[in-house]
Amino acid sequence: MNIKVYVPRDAAALSLGAGRVADAIDREAQRRGLQVQLIRNGSRGLFWLEPLVEVATPEGRHAYGPVTVQDVPGLFDAGFLEGKAHPLHLGLTEEIEELKSQQRLTFARVGVIDPVSVDDYIAHGGYVGLKRALAMSPGEIVDAVTQSGLRGRGGAAFPTGIKWKTVLDQPPQQKYVTCNADEGDSGTFADRMLMEGDPLMLIEGMTIAGIAVGATQGYIYLRAEYPHAQRALNEAIAAARASGYLGSNILGSGKQFELEVRLGAGAYICGEETSMLESLEGKRGEVRVRPPLPAIKGLFGRPTIVNNVISLASVPVILAKGAEFYRDFGTGKSRGTIPLQLAGNIKHGGLIERAFGLTLRELIYDYGVGSASGRPIRAVQVGGPLGAYIPESQFDTPIDYEALSAIGALLGHGGVVVFDDTVDMAGMARYAMEFCAIESCGKCTPCRIGSTRGVELMDRVLANIDRERNLQLVEELCDTMLHGSLCGLGGMTPFPVQSALKHFPEDFRKTVQ
Amino acid sequence: MSADRALRDPLDDSVRDQVEAALAAHQGRPGPLLQVLHEVQNRLGYVPPAAIPIIAEALNLSRADVHGVVTFYHHFRQAPGGRHVIQVCQAESCRAMHCDKLTEHAQRKLGVQLHGTTADGRYTLEPVYCLGNCACSPAVMIDGELHGRVTPDAFDALIAPLS
Repeated sequence: MNIKVYVPRDAAALSLGAGRVADAIDREAQRRGLQVQLIRNGSRGLFWLEPLVEVATPEGRHAYGPVTVQDVPGLFDAGFLEGKAHPLHLGLTEEIEELKSQQRLTFARVGVIDPVSVDDYIAHGGYVGLKRALAMSPGEIVDAVTQSGLRGRGGAAFPTGIKWKTVLDQPPQQKYVTCNADEGDSGTFADRMLMEGDPLMLIEGMTIAGIAVGATQGYIYLRAEYPHAQRALNEAIAAARASGYLGSNILGSGKQFELEVRLGAGAYICGEETSMLESLEGKRGEVRVRPPLPAIKGLFGRPTIVNNVISLASVPVILAKGAEFYRDFGTGKSRGTIPLQLAGNIKHGGLIERAFGLTLRELIYDYGVGSASGRPIRAVQVGGPLGAYIPESQFDTPIDYEALSAIGALLGHGGVVVFDDTVDMAGMARYAMEFCAIESCGKCTPCRIGSTRGVELMDRVLANIDRERNLQLVEELCDTMLHGSLCGLGGMTPFPVQSALKHFPEDFRKTVQ
Repeated sequence: MSADRALRDPLDDSVRDQVEAALAAHQGRPGPLLQVLHEVQNRLGYVPPAAIPIIAEALNLSRADVHGVVTFYHHFRQAPGGRHVIQVCQAESCRAMHCDKLTEHAQRKLGVQLHGTTADGRYTLEPVYCLGNCACSPAVMIDGELHGRVTPDAFDALIAPLS
């Protein structure tokens, strides 16, 4: 009898040796003449336990981790194929506290299934949403998404249903569904994990979007830094097409939807939606002036949905279980769940999907168990390189769009980067300006020139040259960039700078050695 | 460089073959330039200047358009890189785990600065801004393989088997 053993193909798990562990298990099983079926799943997102090896037993899946190649013979000796005891044994995977306490809707299958198997996907509730959608009118699908309260998970938090309605309302013509998978924010990896661990959910979400608005072609704009996700997506698209879930006659409905993965080329700005559209058209990723909105004139000048990976991947659940089911999670105007990503100097980093409303402190200390270095945590940056730095005194803020906005921060794509007390916040403020200078598309002056001037000003501040006057200039420059930039890159680079200045002024006034 | 001069150089004949193969794979699709450039770089290791007029003509673009796209994106290389491309993440999460020290170590160890290629053509060292491995910082990518929690010692061990 074949025993199923799961070893992730997730890039982060591979970065910690999961590939070598899988090979070692395969070799050891052959050496012992044992029948083992290796399944390369996604990651459960508990990265301090990766490589996490799971074994399917009659009472459920047993987890072992973190496993090294050297541990493999010992695991066989201990009887891990029957879920027996071993120093690395973590018990049943579903009972691991950090996983059990989550509310996984979007990540329900990630780490559970074989990511590129349509059969496995369907066996775990996949394609229920698409089947429901095929029985509904386009307007009813869009209404369901609107009623769910889903807001764009890429960072801007714009109501997804309203975007879709605008595209639906355009006269019939070639329309597009585009997925923004240019996940460039430091501290974020939810899109990557989902595309590697459950790509069919994204494909299903995009297919539903296409049917809802009358678009027959979809593009996934994937960053070039994600080669593992590219492979998983292309395998999953081929599998979906072979099973009739993509193509010219989806499940015999007569509806058509095709999907193609297009690679970016290392430009952070292409995560901005109009820049992404330019790049998809094969051009320089320069930001477009709005209006017109992409929903009216988007890709190749046609009505286009532009949604983030997690937004689109949330749609199948909404269709399968109903808008109310999804809306009942969350708080205030932040409905549903949010996959938070805990990163940086943190002991237990990983992916935590919960309803909105968890506090930063609960996230950092209950899930994260404090800093990796063991030193006190001094700051977190929420929402990527354009997000504000938040001091310890504000860690009781609930994680929802409005509560973070109220303290001058933003949730963005849900990444939380933790820094211990060795961080130099003036250096981080300088870096924010430097990053903007490197990644600016060059179209508008406040961003293109302002970021370079910002680096120069910060260098003078750090060298204690006319410090107070230069700090005043930094403030004024931030104001100009904030109000004068064409898009969020120049317009939000001031957030990390201003928040660092506000909460950590002492770091800007250190004695120069 | 004019297209005529590019054609006279025998080295560029092989470039032309590879570029035409890349064009054949993507031409006809809407907005194919980025995908063509990826294919050229996958085949040749970089986008040589001689490729620009060939691509421009095939896609009915100006050479300036193609040059503009090649130079806009950090990923495209205009000169050959080393046999091994080593990318060290410089973004916030890796900074929180002291990637500055790792970068200094890598530069010392390889004898090359960021953006540089070693004199023997063995290594190219590049900065990268997020590899999506932020729960396992600091992150490094070597020839497309991702590595997490890379200490200076671990970095040395990763470099050792490369030829």
